Amino acid sequence: MIYNEPSPLETKIISQRWTMENSAAIDTYLATDGYVAIRKALEMTPEAIIEELKASSLRGRGGAGFPTGLKWSFVPRNSGKPSYIICNSDESEPGTCKDRLLMENDPHQMIEGMLIAGWTIKSNKGYVFIRGEYRYLIPIVDKAIAEAYERGYLGKNILGSGWDFDLYTHTGAGAYECGEESALLESLEGKRGIPRLKPPFPAVVGAFQCPTILNNCETFSAVPVILRNGGAWFAGLGTPKNGGTRLLCISGHINNPGVYELPLGFPFEQLLNEVCGGMRNGKKLKAVIPGGSSAPVLTAEEVQGLLLDYDSIAKLKSMAGSGGIVILDEDTDIVAVALRTIKFYAHESCGWCIPCREGTTWLKKILTRFHAGFGQQSDIELIGELANNMLGRTFCALGDAAAMPTTGFITKFRSEFEAYLAKNHLTLEDTTPELVAIEAH
Amino acid sequence: MADPVKLTIDGQAVQAAPGTLVINAAKEAGIPIPAFCYYDGLALQAACRMCLVEVEKTPKLQVACTLPVAEGMVVHTDSPAVQQARKGTLEFLLTNHPLDCPVCDKGGECELQDMVFRYGAGESRYREEKIHVDEKQWSPIVFYDAPRCILCYRCVRICGEGLGVSALGVGNRGAAAEIVPNGGDHLECDECGACIDICPVGALTSGTYRYKTRPWEMEHVGTICTHCSNGCKTTLGIRNGNIIRANNRDRSGINGEFLCIKGRYAFDFNEHPDRLTMPLVRQNGELKPVSWAIALATVAKKFLELRAKKGRFGVLGSTRTSNEENFVLQKFARRILNTNNIDHHRTGDLPALLDALSGRTDALATMGELYTAKAALVIDSDLAQEQPLIAFQLRANWRHHKAHVYVVSPGPVREDSYAETVRAGLGQEFEALETLREKLAKEPELTILFGAAIKGDAVRRLVAFGDSLGIPVKYVCLVDYSNSRGASDMGLLPDLAPGYEAVPEPGLNYDQILSDGALDAVWIVGTNPAARQPLAFSNTFVVVQDLFLTETARQADVVLPAASAYEKTGTVTSVTGEIQKLSRAAKTMGAKPDLDIFQLLAKEMREDLGTVKPESVFREISESVKGYNVSFPVIETGQAIPTYPINGRVAFRPEPELIRPAENTLFTSGTLGRYSEMLNSVLESPGALYRDPIRDTGIRVGSVTQETQTTAPVDKPQ
Repeated sequence: MIYNEPSPLETKIISQRWTMENSAAIDTYLATDGYVAIRKALEMTPEAIIEELKASSLRGRGGAGFPTGLKWSFVPRNSGKPSYIICNSDESEPGTCKDRLLMENDPHQMIEGMLIAGWTIKSNKGYVFIRGEYRYLIPIVDKAIAEAYERGYLGKNILGSGWDFDLYTHTGAGAYECGEESALLESLEGKRGIPRLKPPFPAVVGAFQCPTILNNCETFSAVPVILRNGGAWFAGLGTPKNGGTRLLCISGHINNPGVYELPLGFPFEQLLNEVCGGMRNGKKLKAVIPGGSSAPVLTAEEVQGLLLDYDSIAKLKSMAGSGGIVILDEDTDIVAVALRTIKFYAHESCGWCIPCREGTTWLKKILTRFHAGFGQQSDIELIGELANNMLGRTFCALGDAAAMPTTGFITKFRSEFEAYLAKNHLTLEDTTPELVAIEAH
Repeated sequence: MADPVKLTIDGQAVQAAPGTLVINAAKEAGIPIPAFCYYDGLALQAACRMCLVEVEKTPKLQVACTLPVAEGMVVHTDSPAVQQARKGTLEFLLTNHPLDCPVCDKGGECELQDMVFRYGAGESRYREEKIHVDEKQWSPIVFYDAPRCILCYRCVRICGEGLGVSALGVGNRGAAAEIVPNGGDHLECDECGACIDICPVGALTSGTYRYKTRPWEMEHVGTICTHCSNGCKTTLGIRNGNIIRANNRDRSGINGEFLCIKGRYAFDFNEHPDRLTMPLVRQNGELKPVSWAIALATVAKKFLELRAKKGRFGVLGSTRTSNEENFVLQKFARRILNTNNIDHHRTGDLPALLDALSGRTDALATMGELYTAKAALVIDSDLAQEQPLIAFQLRANWRHHKAHVYVVSPGPVREDSYAETVRAGLGQEFEALETLREKLAKEPELTILFGAAIKGDAVRRLVAFGDSLGIPVKYVCLVDYSNSRGASDMGLLPDLAPGYEAVPEPGLNYDQILSDGALDAVWIVGTNPAARQPLAFSNTFVVVQDLFLTETARQADVVLPAASAYEKTGTVTSVTGEIQKLSRAAKTMGAKPDLDIFQLLAKEMREDLGTVKPESVFREISESVKGYNVSFPVIETGQAIPTYPINGRVAFRPEPELIRPAENTLFTSGTLGRYSEMLNSVLESPGALYRDPIRDTGIRVGSVTQETQTTAPVDKPQ
């Protein structure tokens, strides 16, 4: 099912089937160009497939935005070892809720993307690693896999090609860290979800020490249409080096929150005012978190004229990340937002390295105290310095993910922190009701 | 070898082999880079982030412990950015660290203290509440204080990678992450304490040492563990003449930092209340304490009397006494008591091996070579149980050098996890060896280690098998006790004098001495045969020298209290032939080193043994015993020197029936082990690993003795 009304301004490509009846069924998929791309791929060389992906300028939709074609080209194809295709559906970045819709409404599209990856590197096995909290999706994906087996798209001798491919679902155990690709692999192998030393990267030494293609669910879902319509066509939908459309998950103080498929480079103001129906209750925009909670916050001034693609957001020293955009209105208590954010990262830090483990917890404690009205002037400096002591020094990106937004809040909204000190005490009722609810939880 | 990589560290031109990590290249150049989680020989973690360095043209600080050197790389290890990063990391570490240094065992030798002193900030900015978790006890030995833990994972790695035990893991996440036993609430492990010693802070503490002393109150004496034949150096911490702890943190000795439970914790027998402190003489059927003067006079008078009327003597020597003592004892027996009736409890057929090698030099492997050999073959030994250092060495060799290890054993052994194993019952070894022949012959070299089941003719067959492979082969005869090798080398044998020289008229052997009721006097030094077999003494005058009133000592006419290995100076020879020095660390009032007892007794008998001081006896040994012509100063300074007592064929009397393994497990140590409270408490703690196959028929899974047991295991109370 879908959870918001689609907007006429959307470019519905990978979400094209969401509104159809029985959208997840294989017959719906087959009736709408489903499994056409894999037939085409089976006629193509791996090099040609990778070239098509490179031409599409598809970039990883999980958060890092790494060019997908390039990633696939790193996988050695004559290592003598088995190789694996892993779909990262451990969608955990706060503000992000697109992979669940892709799996719920169009699982075959993801499966076909994984199949094409499998054929490209002659892998015989794939796993869909689904976030633990998304347990309800497993029967849906399992059913789709069973259908694909039945129709000969999975299993032995796929479409008479002589090539076999098996696909399994696997659930995480509820750790944000397992969205990090190497921690995901550890978890998949039945170990504690902690990141691995890199290099070697998963492309070379991935699942079970073997070459592995590991991509986000949305990335795989975009692959079939690229092979069907060509890389150049896909690239043309977006801006240079930012090919195609992507699913943006808009939440916060707007009239029409939801998941919308828009071409990369879509203007922010148009998104806010036309796609999402403008600010809720006619309030003024205060800030935007542009790519999941780990993206540094942007002020209302900064987002003026912003085009929503990887490079434009990076210019503002934030990131397009996972596509989760949080809109905050003028009444938002930034201190409360900062606290809520760091609470999440302190809770999710895997504990492997010192700066992340101790830094997130310390920041949480200071912000909790600060928010409760017991802050002091030196805390503002300290928060900034501690975030700096984490930034770039942790084992994996989770430390940065916690430090960057904290730094963003404290530098761009320093006056709000200082106002806390002047006011000396704010009660929970002074903050937005949503945040009160979250805090109480 | 590839050309060295040239780089610059702190302005210094440095060269290093390709692949060298920056942290090691810097160390070689004399530039220390601080680290907690980086540990020589264990997997890289990059978790503590203490070793961050600045590398020019790289925007972020780099982790020196995982960064390989690169040509032209310019590294700064002490720039303002690096100093600031270290300060920041230490500040993070101290947030939840309890700062209970004044009562922490580690205070004074804590790496966190040292790091904060050297690199940390002067003041704390942490104003929040610390996370507290109660301390946990995981075994009689291991205690864990989670708040002190800095999560460097050294313990997890030494247990999993080093020992192959994997008893420890990590639980929870974030700031609540902590080390947990994989067995739930208690440890199922070797209880070796390696995790405790490797801990940089006071998170892991030991049941023997905790809250006993401050580290600076102890003197540290390096000596050799007395519990098994592997010859591990153990550094005893002594306070007021008492042994407080044992470890080997300086990585000296043939064992580096390895020690098993016995080397680390089973020193406590030394201060057991049952230690004999006065000689005992049987009066009216009862052993009564007497002075040394009376005791020695009693023995001397009786010995002289019996010698005068050509009485028959029997002497049993010890496998735990020093080379010097063994040498003097056989001299005493042969020259003063005029008898070759001398023997010891033999746990391996060394004479048969030396004879089979017939003078070949360089065919006996040293402990160091077990870490470097390209291939090793273990026959009939559960190394982890019986030869723990050898087990560690071979595993380290496999981990670090990809050595090929082959195992032929009747039951499961720990090496199975990485070795190529052939299961073969006792007596079936040679059939099993044939199945490995092709692979073994392809190895560039091989070291064969064999247990007590390979004896007599089987030893000759084994050497013939080794010869037939057409590759260089070395051997280790796996004897069991701390100076088994020395007892044999020093001629505590009825047919062989020191250095395996044949004697003209071989005397009675071990079994004959014990079963010949017609001997006039039997002198038993540091061994407890009555624990294993009945003694047929009726009118025999029995003298026993020992630490405790053992089953044997109870049957003696005179009992002389002896000093332990930790209370004497001398040398011992390990299973792999390294000669090492015992240093006197402790003292028990009333007990005397066996060497002193021999000298006093000779004096009392008006006999001249020459100068009986350890140094002078050692000189005599090095001049007269084959293979022992080694440098005394080197041994004196705590080094190990291999001995090769090989010189042609050995004219020995084959007696394979006398080769009997000690049957000790990791948690037992013959009679001595019974007096270790720590070993006993482990044996009584929950965990199938700790059961004693001799006293309790429940057998530890994986022990070779399991196969030799003829009766079905029955549970019975202790």
